[in-house]
Amino acid sequence: MSKTLFEKIWDSHIVVEENGRSLLYVDRHLVHEVTSPQAFDGLRLNGRTVRRTDLTFATMDHNVPTSDRSLPIIDQTSSTQIKALERNCKEFGITLFDIHSPNQGIVHVIGPELGITLPGTTIVCGDSHTSTHGAFGALAFGIGTSDVEHVLATQCIMMEKPKTFEININGKRKNPHAVTAKDIILSIIRKIGTSGGTGTVIEYRGETISELTMEQRMTICNMSIEAGARAGLIAPDEKTYQYLRGRKYAPKNYDEYVSLWRETLKTDSGARFDKSFTLSAENIAPQVSWGTNPAMTTDVTGVVPFPDEYGKGNSEEEKGAEKALQYMNLKAGMAITDIAIDRVFIGSCTNSRLEDLMEAAKVVKGKKVSSRVRAMVVPGSQLVKKNAEEIGLDKIFKDAGFEWRESGCSMCLGMNPDILASGERCASTSNRNFEGRQGTGGRTHLVSPVMAAAAAIHGHFVDVRELDLN
Amino acid sequence: MQPFQKIKSIATPLDKVNVDTDQIVPKQFLKLIQRTGFGQYLFYDWRFEKGTPRKDFVLNDPAYKNSKILLARDNFGCGSSREHAVWALDDYGFKVIISTSFADIFYNNCFKNGILPIQVSDETLQKLFSTKSEIEVDLENQSLMVDNVPILFHIEPYRKKILLEGLDDIAMTLLHEDKIAIYEKSHKI
Repeated sequence: MSKTLFEKIWDSHIVVEENGRSLLYVDRHLVHEVTSPQAFDGLRLNGRTVRRTDLTFATMDHNVPTSDRSLPIIDQTSSTQIKALERNCKEFGITLFDIHSPNQGIVHVIGPELGITLPGTTIVCGDSHTSTHGAFGALAFGIGTSDVEHVLATQCIMMEKPKTFEININGKRKNPHAVTAKDIILSIIRKIGTSGGTGTVIEYRGETISELTMEQRMTICNMSIEAGARAGLIAPDEKTYQYLRGRKYAPKNYDEYVSLWRETLKTDSGARFDKSFTLSAENIAPQVSWGTNPAMTTDVTGVVPFPDEYGKGNSEEEKGAEKALQYMNLKAGMAITDIAIDRVFIGSCTNSRLEDLMEAAKVVKGKKVSSRVRAMVVPGSQLVKKNAEEIGLDKIFKDAGFEWRESGCSMCLGMNPDILASGERCASTSNRNFEGRQGTGGRTHLVSPVMAAAAAIHGHFVDVRELDLN
Repeated sequence: MQPFQKIKSIATPLDKVNVDTDQIVPKQFLKLIQRTGFGQYLFYDWRFEKGTPRKDFVLNDPAYKNSKILLARDNFGCGSSREHAVWALDDYGFKVIISTSFADIFYNNCFKNGILPIQVSDETLQKLFSTKSEIEVDLENQSLMVDNVPILFHIEPYRKKILLEGLDDIAMTLLHEDKIAIYEKSHKI
């Protein structure tokens, strides 16, 4: 019988099926400081151990400061949580990339970087953006803390089988440096909505996806959760195998695995999906979010929509848009390019990898950040930071007036000192524009790295298709 | 986990779509390392302004002070996987959440903490939003009693069993220890 890629990975990980649910084996478990302390407490309380310490990897990313790492952490609650992870990893025997490790970074950046993420595997993490790892053809789920405890104790997760959803993206982008993977995924979410993928695993397919680099594919899969999906997947290809070759935790007999993956890890022709959506990439414009969820997004050449126009007859959505405009302090009908910016954040598990920084640097090189803007770059990992510094990106950003910081989640969710003040407006390469996400009362506009960089220079949004990015 | 009991209470109407878990419990409270005490932070940025309760937020309306049921709109609990959102709802006193749809991770987290999320039709939700009387939730019979009219709801049988019996799902999985060990032997990556 023809199967989708998702079904193949799912079926090959079933340990037990009962009561309409499957107990799935977990190949890799990624752990961070925020969603794990209560799980370790649960283990202690019940006298349980970690079943597979060799398949469990931890780092600290959510609330680590991005300033000088030789200084002590001032925020006592952050410090307590970080120390708790150190203690727990030591007690239970788990590999930890701590704040001083050259491999520290955002958990979804370091997984692929270290070859922990592998095609055809199942991966879980107590973080919704675990969907990122789907870019490698891994079935990767974000889970809650109770499930973190469950996986630590059993190396398995009990789930109902999600439905399958194919999203086909075809056509050539006219200017792929200006219209990025971020713009593709924002366009998709804008069309299918923040619950368009609920209950499904999305497989992204089509020629546009094939052309994307691994880092761009990660940006796409990363935001699957913003469409409500359980996971996002892209079938692995030669780019995938090349990217992972020689990485620290990739298997030693790598070529044997590659032969197997080449044969098996694809959706069979004739396999059926429960749901389907098609998008042409040809006419996608750079995207800018204007509201308080990622579906509230429009073209940079567009205007802030009127709530009734956004709601399309759905009175609840219309009310939501009204509240969003109020929160964002925007007027319907206003041109997106007239929105002035106070802060710029280039970072997060969506857009903090080397290519993201290289693309943004092209916009910034030889220019100065607008006097009204405070701008920062937060590399996704220590390795990204090191690689960027080796090619001089730090100097380009610093010369332009950007802050160049240490790696972590930073202002994507503002659990560390990097936050917006109330009323501040930020062009951000992160994934969520929820109320207060980057700081209570802060206003977030989601954009690509090049769009964020251009907004930093000009003090407002500009259409990056008009810049020379080649 | 405590077994789920019948509940009778007025319902708190939260009239907003796409309520994300960042709103249910904002990030500044995720640094705590215990599971308890999150109720005071529930909907914090909507509930308080500079530490003072906001009169225009429904949880601050005395009429709903002891409510155990939260009525929500479409796509409740979207966004972050933080289980702290469910801990906060539970600690505050909500045992049932009724909506037309829930985000997947949030929905799953509810069952791990003895909270019952009930998915209903638009029409039923409208009815619940418009009633002022108490709603009785009977999980055993999968029914909501509203103004003496029963409304049946669907729930996956195994999830129902978990809640009614207050089962520890790690212990349930460990019953399959032999099968996990066999799987592990043949599966290497």
